[in-house]
Amino acid sequence: MTPLAPIVLVAGNPNSGKSTLFNALTGARAHVANYPGVTVDRTSAPLTLKGGRAFEVVDLPGTYSLSARSREEQIAVDALLGRGVRAPEAVVVVVDAVALGRALYLVIEILATGVPVVIALNMSDEAERDGIAIDTARLESLTGATVVTTVATRGIGIDLLKSALARAAARGPADAPEPDRPDPLMLDIADIEAAILDERMLERPGAARAWATWLLLSLDDAGSDDLVGVPTRLRTLTREIRQRAAAAGRNVDLEIIASSYRRVDTIMDAVVRHPLAGSRGLTDRIDAVLTHRFAGGAVFAVVMMVVFQALFSWSEPAISFIENRVADLQALVTTVGPPGPLTDLIANGAIAGVGNVVVFVPQIGLLFLFIGVLEDSGYLARVAFVIDRLMRSIGLHGRAFVPMLSGFSCAVPAVMATRTIESRTDRLLTMLVLPLMSCSARLPIYVLVTATVFAPGTRFGWFSAGAVLLFAMYMLSMVAALTAAAVLRRTVLRGPSATLVLELPPYRLPSWRVLLVNVWQRVKAFLVGAGTVILAMTIVLWVLLSYPKAPAGAAPGDDLRHSVGARLGHAIEPAIAPLGFDWRIGVGVIGAFAAREVFVSTLGIVFDIERADETTEPLRGALRNARWPDGRPLMTPLAGVSLMVFFVLACQCMSTIAVVRRESGGWRWPAFMFAYMTTLAYVSSLLVYQVGSRLGLGLG
Amino acid sequence: MSPKPRSLATLPLGRSAVVARVRGERAIVRRLLEVGLVPGTKVTMRRVAPLGDPIELKVRNFALSIRRSEALGIDIE
Repeated sequence: MTPLAPIVLVAGNPNSGKSTLFNALTGARAHVANYPGVTVDRTSAPLTLKGGRAFEVVDLPGTYSLSARSREEQIAVDALLGRGVRAPEAVVVVVDAVALGRALYLVIEILATGVPVVIALNMSDEAERDGIAIDTARLESLTGATVVTTVATRGIGIDLLKSALARAAARGPADAPEPDRPDPLMLDIADIEAAILDERMLERPGAARAWATWLLLSLDDAGSDDLVGVPTRLRTLTREIRQRAAAAGRNVDLEIIASSYRRVDTIMDAVVRHPLAGSRGLTDRIDAVLTHRFAGGAVFAVVMMVVFQALFSWSEPAISFIENRVADLQALVTTVGPPGPLTDLIANGAIAGVGNVVVFVPQIGLLFLFIGVLEDSGYLARVAFVIDRLMRSIGLHGRAFVPMLSGFSCAVPAVMATRTIESRTDRLLTMLVLPLMSCSARLPIYVLVTATVFAPGTRFGWFSAGAVLLFAMYMLSMVAALTAAAVLRRTVLRGPSATLVLELPPYRLPSWRVLLVNVWQRVKAFLVGAGTVILAMTIVLWVLLSYPKAPAGAAPGDDLRHSVGARLGHAIEPAIAPLGFDWRIGVGVIGAFAAREVFVSTLGIVFDIERADETTEPLRGALRNARWPDGRPLMTPLAGVSLMVFFVLACQCMSTIAVVRRESGGWRWPAFMFAYMTTLAYVSSLLVYQVGSRLGLGLG
Repeated sequence: MSPKPRSLATLPLGRSAVVARVRGERAIVRRLLEVGLVPGTKVTMRRVAPLGDPIELKVRNFALSIRRSEALGIDIE
């Protein structure tokens, strides 16, 4: 494909089978990148037609309309109008034939841009089954678009679609007739259109008119929208026009949308005949169970248990396999390579770093496979429907539920899973509180600490002390996450109250092909996007904990004591002593900012233990015998609880930071997340230790 | 049109009505209009979530879920 292959866009409503059709059209050669400056996936793939014409096919974000509530939708508009990017030669609008009455609204908005349109009447088999007859010839003559009937899941109509595309692309853009709009509105649009042409923002009058309509509908009167690249003159003009209209008692938004829908209704009356049969029969019967007060909850619990089981247990063999291969490779490099800093860097910096990245792949893959099945089958929308009431009382969106629960396994895939949430504010909020959920990497620390500070068999009432503490830590993590969400919603992420406008699509069998392609794209995006940051930070930490070296002939562990990391441990001791930690725990905590698991192995090195594993006796024993310089024991039960509380709340995972940076599009939000979580952790541990000591709980 | 507008939130299960007007914050109104709840459109109350909120409507042959707080701003006739 030449870099300048003409562009064809694929647009459509969510749940219209757009991704399936995109895959059927292009094969599995899709390439996912980000749009410049934003974290919206730009999926594109080359397509060569029979005659040899090559195109670049770009999958636009799924949307119901082109008015911009979000960057995603502005991207769609800019791509259609060729603002800042190459203008498309044609647009395929994927339409769910069953819900043509809703989808035509988007078709009409896209037609107004003047770009040649091919309508893919997808899921036409479902429409036929439901007794919906669509007069495609009539639809073509009324819209000026080419209409192709498709069933993307079975590859039906794809060849016809390709040839229709070639013909449409050859047609070239033309100024489409506007839908019939009220006269005052036409004048308003013409005013802005003239200004756009005057500013030479767009050349073609049809495109300028489409953009003018879009500005009227999208610009916020107070200027607090997310839209970029709109000159001040146009903003001012649009605001004046809107205010003039409001003064005259007109509602511009309503005028635009209602006149477009009048056009939709006219077309619908002319092209669709359907006897209104019980079209959603099967879906209704399934919904009667799945959204039932009790049965729905039970089914959901079972589904989530399976997902959990998969994330915790089924991924385990793959994770151990990766860990073992990484360890083998490290051992190999250490034995084969000459002893020295380079070998050490490769084994403990680079290979360990790559290992830290790859080890997430099984969980990410599994979670996205499950989310894909839940989403594509239509069930995820029902989960949001059932749970929204609860989530909203905290300030979270119904769709935040599954990512939050996945956070118990691992925050990295869970952060990526927030993509199912449409609104950016809702999504950010979920992303920022999610890492408070107690992930599986915290478990080894809980195990080590409880085993250290409580003799086996210590009981609180009927329960073993360890179990009680473990339960308390999970409760703490949940309460912290929900409280943080409630607080952030009312402070940092206030914004407009999020609406729930949720389509409940008919239940459908997901396509394996689409699922697997999607999983692979997510995994690849993680490896490239977050992986590089994780690798770099692992190497930095390795340097901190390895240099400068101890003098020759020193005992094992002395290297670490001479390192910058150990000095940092000493340096922060005055700050962490009130929490009950000495410098050795401090080094472990510093190491744990790379990844929580590192805490145990770092402590192992600090305490001169060859192989540190949370269950091995030596580390526990060493910790139990550790003393402050004045002879007090270090790991009292209170200090243990303080340490666990710190690990529940602190943001100690650079993979999470890297993935939040990727998903939020900058360092600002991960920096905020790191700051608020670490502050919360520090203050909470301080409170636990200081209040506990005052109450005389210190020696438990 | 009846003198006192009724809200969509009061529509009994299984019953249908026609949208008369959508009121509220601009962004929310625009969103509701865009998914097809424009004046003159027929809506049917199909289901209520187990906790009483949100609700499921049938509009233009697809199932749409919105919250009661949003439905309160939609007048029907």
